[in-house]
Amino acid sequence: MTRSKMHGPGRLLVVEDNKVNRILLQRGLEQEGHAVTAAANGKEALELLQRQPFDIVLLDIEMPEMNGFEVLKACLGDTRLREIPIIITSASDEIDSVVKCIEMGADDYLRKPLNPVLLRARVNASLEKKRLRDEQRRLFDTLATSEVADELLKEGFALGGKHVEASVLFCDIRSFTSMAESQDPSETMELLNTYFTLIFEPIKEHGGIVNQIVGDGIMAIFGAPIPRADHREQAVLAAIEMLGLLKDFNQEQKLRGKLQIEIGIGIAAGRVIAGFTGTQERAIFTCIGDTVNLASRIQNHTKIAGKPLLIDENARQGLAENFQIELLDSITFRGKSQPVAVFSVNY
Amino acid sequence: MAHETAIDPKIFQELKALVGADFIGELIETFFEEAPVIIKRLEEAHQANNPEVFRRNAHSLKSNAASFGAKRLSEQAKALEMLGRSGELGQTGDSIKLLSIEYKRVAEELKRLRHDSK
Repeated sequence: MTRSKMHGPGRLLVVEDNKVNRILLQRGLEQEGHAVTAAANGKEALELLQRQPFDIVLLDIEMPEMNGFEVLKACLGDTRLREIPIIITSASDEIDSVVKCIEMGADDYLRKPLNPVLLRARVNASLEKKRLRDEQRRLFDTLATSEVADELLKEGFALGGKHVEASVLFCDIRSFTSMAESQDPSETMELLNTYFTLIFEPIKEHGGIVNQIVGDGIMAIFGAPIPRADHREQAVLAAIEMLGLLKDFNQEQKLRGKLQIEIGIGIAAGRVIAGFTGTQERAIFTCIGDTVNLASRIQNHTKIAGKPLLIDENARQGLAENFQIELLDSITFRGKSQPVAVFSVNY
Repeated sequence: MAHETAIDPKIFQELKALVGADFIGELIETFFEEAPVIIKRLEEAHQANNPEVFRRNAHSLKSNAASFGAKRLSEQAKALEMLGRSGELGQTGDSIKLLSIEYKRVAEELKRLRHDSK
């Protein structure tokens, strides 16, 4: 019984110094419908890997000059190349070398002489693995910088949290509901999507991760999961950029006689509990704690204050002299006993 | 009395299935180019007492022979590879000659099989 081909063609790199083996493997894989490039040595292989995308590398361990171990190490040490599954090809008496490679991080191995059935099975398994990794990365890249995505993909995630110092940013569209009611729903969605596109970029660029979208509101975190000492400054810079982009957008909207968006941003910094919450099947990265609540309250206060960007004392302390900051008020938020100093950032 | 062929037909057929009947000729041709060079290098390495070069060449030949199903040739190459690994090349002169003879048998068999493929 043959299984139907579940996978489309892949882009394969064969690294093999022995000519007969090299053309044998290349041809065998091409017969399966894959696009195959062959390299005769490790150096050539690494050059190709830098220039073109590949889905799988089939790597011979035993090669003169740069041997398989060195190629493997180079791939695993490169953030981009690390995600490409590597299948080690070896002669049957090299089991020690194979084990060493697998321990280093190679994904699979094939014994030479190659069995066509096993070759097909292993290649398909690795293609599947690659596709899942690509999808995962796409998901992460939409919400976080590639730096954060790299970290998450490398370390995986464990449910549970830890105390970290972070800045939390909340952003809402002012009077969104009434705006939505006055428009065609499809226009509202289009506006919303444009708005998201505009504000996600500055957050990403400043090392933040958007962890929640609730209606028109978003919550972003700076300084977690990857800690950075300047999270306060990055959060405020991101906010200033968001406002700048919105300003340009609004000018264009005005020219077209369309609705403009006003936003309110609140930032608070301090200790949070950060981590993945939910279940193994469905989890999000989030922060909880007083700092988060405060950021949300401060964001809400932008309506009352009539200022688009408000921050707390802790956030203010992370800013250099060149920021224009004005003490707005000392506010006792509902449910709190102590007043909190709130600052407006002019941009 | 039937004598053991130099090529295991089952393995050869698998190889043919893997690369396609229209490519097997090219593969065999490549082997005919590479193998004599390897054997020559084995002789040279033996003369120069260079175990590493000896080992690497024996390893290559072992691998290629196995791909075609040339089991005896592959075993002989494997034995030479082990000697190369041990560093003791003193006794290998005759073994290389025997290997060379076996290669000729293999080549004859491959020519026949290639012809049958056409």
